[in-house]
Amino acid sequence: MSDFNLMEDKLTNAQIAWRAAQDLEDGSYVNLGIGFPEMIATFQPEGRDVTYHTENGVLGFGKAPKEGEEDWDLINAGKKAIMLKPGASFFHHADSFSMVRGGHLDLAVLGAYQVAQNGDLANWRVGSKGVPAVGGAMDLVHGAKAVAVVTDHVTKDGQPKLVEACTFPLTGVGCVTRVYTSLAVLDIEDGKFNLREKLPAISMEELQAVTGATLHTDGPVGDLIVPEDI
Amino acid sequence: MNKVSLSVADAVADIPDGAKVMIGGFGGSGAPIELIHALIDRFRATGSPKNLTVINNNAGNGAIGIAAMIKAGMVAKMICSFPRSSNAEAFNEKYLSGQIALELVPQGTLAERIRAAGAGIPAFYTPSSYGTELAEGKPTEEFDGKMYVREGWLRADFALIKGQLGDTLGNLTYRLAGRNFNPLMAMAADKTIAQVSSLSEPGSIDPEQVVTPGIFVDTIVEVPDPQQEEVLVRTGVVY
Repeated sequence: MSDFNLMEDKLTNAQIAWRAAQDLEDGSYVNLGIGFPEMIATFQPEGRDVTYHTENGVLGFGKAPKEGEEDWDLINAGKKAIMLKPGASFFHHADSFSMVRGGHLDLAVLGAYQVAQNGDLANWRVGSKGVPAVGGAMDLVHGAKAVAVVTDHVTKDGQPKLVEACTFPLTGVGCVTRVYTSLAVLDIEDGKFNLREKLPAISMEELQAVTGATLHTDGPVGDLIVPEDI
Repeated sequence: MNKVSLSVADAVADIPDGAKVMIGGFGGSGAPIELIHALIDRFRATGSPKNLTVINNNAGNGAIGIAAMIKAGMVAKMICSFPRSSNAEAFNEKYLSGQIALELVPQGTLAERIRAAGAGIPAFYTPSSYGTELAEGKPTEEFDGKMYVREGWLRADFALIKGQLGDTLGNLTYRLAGRNFNPLMAMAADKTIAQVSSLSEPGSIDPEQVVTPGIFVDTIVEVPDPQQEEVLVRTGVVY
């Protein structure tokens, strides 16, 4: 066994976001979910033009304004102030979700509590207590050409987040196509996790031990290498 | 035809107990704060309207707007997608103590149900929520190999919306991302009441720039320099 330390050697959220950002395609239309997925825009590779969509009716926004310069009529779905890029547009909510469900987005990226090997996603609540809130998550998982998840590979107490079947309430059925975790990059194909990349320091056996479903490979597994200074 | 109301109090005077009221806005963007506060004023003065069903994306934030309506005890039920805002104490308290009902609807389904009502379409199929607890008990059907959930239209008795420019015929434009649910709700209510920052004569808005045609608007009232919900929440204003 190697001396891989799961909690110390795994990627940070920023590093997971960096890795996901490397796959942003030039000319694509992308929705980044509230919170962690939003960080992907920070690492958008130079020379690639990506148009970001937000559910509340804006296409083509960029960075956040400086503190004190916010216009609170100009926000994203996370209710954060945004600034427009040249060529931006506004539209009402039904048009916005037509862009989502109608297959017009190239990529939607969400967070996850659990992802199952058949592509089921659980990311909106963990039980029946408290105040439930779903927002646009159940819509965003349908229609985009690719639906990716960014997530830690395990929960804070070490339980696998990649599982055979979700135990938390579902957000969508068979909807996730790619997963970027703190240890690996996987595609979901034909009801199974296909491993594309893993951290060089972790062995296949160690990775399998912290994954709740069988890992499959259909070719060489690449090294997941991310800059250390982010 | 006279759609112009001279005050926000007059504009909301006909909303009765038990009404279903759509309120435009997404968070603080596009929220008709003055119309909401006029409704609260009436409730405080007369005890009416109460027992309202309110339809909005959220369930109020801070101690103003919809949150103040909920705290005042005017709202029996919320239909929304995301009640869990950063300062949603007013809703949380009533919900967790069983004093307010909640119908949780995925955001895109909420928008489409409202549009469907405005378009005269009683039901439609959507992939959203299929296989989840929010689809329990709803009819499903397969189209081209994929499963969809049937959802019904969502109508209201009144809609309170916020525009930017308006004319006396009810034609409206919106400011920035303040458009959101406002144009949809304008179509889906029996009576739509719009507050606008600037009200002027027909012809003042370029027809090419009109977003909501006046046919969808019944009452229009000018509120120059309207308050912005997010600013009120951030400065701790209590209504």
